[in-house]
Amino acid sequence: MAENNDNHFNEEDLSHSTRRGFFKQSTAFGAIALAPGALVRAAEHQWDEKIADVFEKIPLNLEVNGVKHSLKVEPRTTLLDLLREQLDLTGTKKGCDRGQCGACTVHVNGVRINSCLSLAVANEGKKITTIEGLANGETLHPMQDAFIRHDGFQCGYCTSGQIMSAVALVKEGRTKTREQISEFMSGNICRCGAYSNIVKAIEDVKNSGL
Amino acid sequence: MESAGAIRAVGREGNAHFLAGGTNLIDLMKMGVVTPEKLVDINHLPLKRIEKTATGLRIGALCSNSEVADHPLVLREYPLLSLALNAGASPQLRNMATVGGNMMQRTRCPYFFDTAMPCNKRVPGSGCGALEGYNRMHAIFGASDKCIAVNPSDMNVALTALEATVHLQGPRGERRLPFAEFHRLPGDTPEKDNMLEKDELITAVTLPAARFPEHVHYLKIRDRTSYAFALVSVAAALQMDGGNIREARLVMGGVAHKPWRLTAAESFLKGKSANEENFRQAAQMAMQGAKAYAYNQFKLTLAPNAVVQALKTASGITA
Repeated sequence: MAENNDNHFNEEDLSHSTRRGFFKQSTAFGAIALAPGALVRAAEHQWDEKIADVFEKIPLNLEVNGVKHSLKVEPRTTLLDLLREQLDLTGTKKGCDRGQCGACTVHVNGVRINSCLSLAVANEGKKITTIEGLANGETLHPMQDAFIRHDGFQCGYCTSGQIMSAVALVKEGRTKTREQISEFMSGNICRCGAYSNIVKAIEDVKNSGL
Repeated sequence: MESAGAIRAVGREGNAHFLAGGTNLIDLMKMGVVTPEKLVDINHLPLKRIEKTATGLRIGALCSNSEVADHPLVLREYPLLSLALNAGASPQLRNMATVGGNMMQRTRCPYFFDTAMPCNKRVPGSGCGALEGYNRMHAIFGASDKCIAVNPSDMNVALTALEATVHLQGPRGERRLPFAEFHRLPGDTPEKDNMLEKDELITAVTLPAARFPEHVHYLKIRDRTSYAFALVSVAAALQMDGGNIREARLVMGGVAHKPWRLTAAESFLKGKSANEENFRQAAQMAMQGAKAYAYNQFKLTLAPNAVVQALKTASGITA
């Protein structure tokens, strides 16, 4: 969050329960309620978020792509929104936000889930892997490489979820037949219809024994 | 926090819910259908074991759907349960969803989900939008003019066929229910899906000693090949003596407010030869009391055909 030196409401005042902090909070509420100018300033300085911070957020510690985070999270935040909005990891996509498309697929402790239906605060101490965490520096993960070589995407919106799901699928050993691949990838929907090439990419990875 | 603490936390609040996998609850919350003020996260409770017991198998209520479906004991002794679980949702959802949560799953009726629509289940007394509305996915058995919704779970159909027992814990101690008595018919009180009290927690499901390690099938008919709810589903489990049926279990899903056990058809098949003629007769008996609505008349034909197909596959007489 941006620091602003001419702002006489600083974060420390607003988040400590000191008399000074309390008066500044209530004055802030009053100012925002009464004066349009104050409203604009409030929006600019994200005072609403800072005030909400005091009342609503709870601590959360988790690891994302090997990096440990200590965060404060509003309890209703989904894991998907945490990743995209708070951690700026926008590779994971919001397709339906209801667990019906799979675009939001990530790994939690190595297991593929729909992050749109997981509350962030329920992931305390967990290890999350997103699409951003697959590559090794500049070297693509074999599944990413296979998707490119087999043209396993068109618009690319479902692709992060497809790749995350596919990596887990191979680890689960669900690649015995094309039918099995299709069935166990059925939680990832592709509106462009790249399915046949996605299956080819997965078979490629399976056959190279990775 | 152990179970008693979680139960107290939910029991004393007016508007608190247990949170397990969240795959149904969070969806309902996003739609504004369910609006709890507090969630009690029960994911750390010690209810995750799958273990053989003296009388059969015990499955902790917090086991994930995929853990249960893939467990060697389940695959070997209760394969019908594995088939039914894998027919539901998607791999991602099955990794998150729990056994207890799957039992508690709410209907997919669009009028229930849309807070602008009349729904006696969501708001008692507001009416049933599906009765004269778009009722393609709705019941043909056991409905009332208050509610024609169906229970969407595949797991529930298999657990009914396998005659499981539900284990509940409340402030007054533990109790057990036969699985078939857990879910209710709508009657005049469709807001109550099941027999769970507000301050009770499902702790486990137990299965009796394995009777159907083979000759089982779960047939799920839906608009897509996968990742969709059932129009009609059939769980069939047979004990065979050569070409004869010694014992049959038959339960339908997607057709009622709870899994629909086909008791008359089961009795008819006992001791009969496994052939199409007998399967057709059993299917016809199964349709006793069926009543369809404007958009689900097709289920009156689809359901008996599905029963025949499931029996054929389970008995192995033809594909």
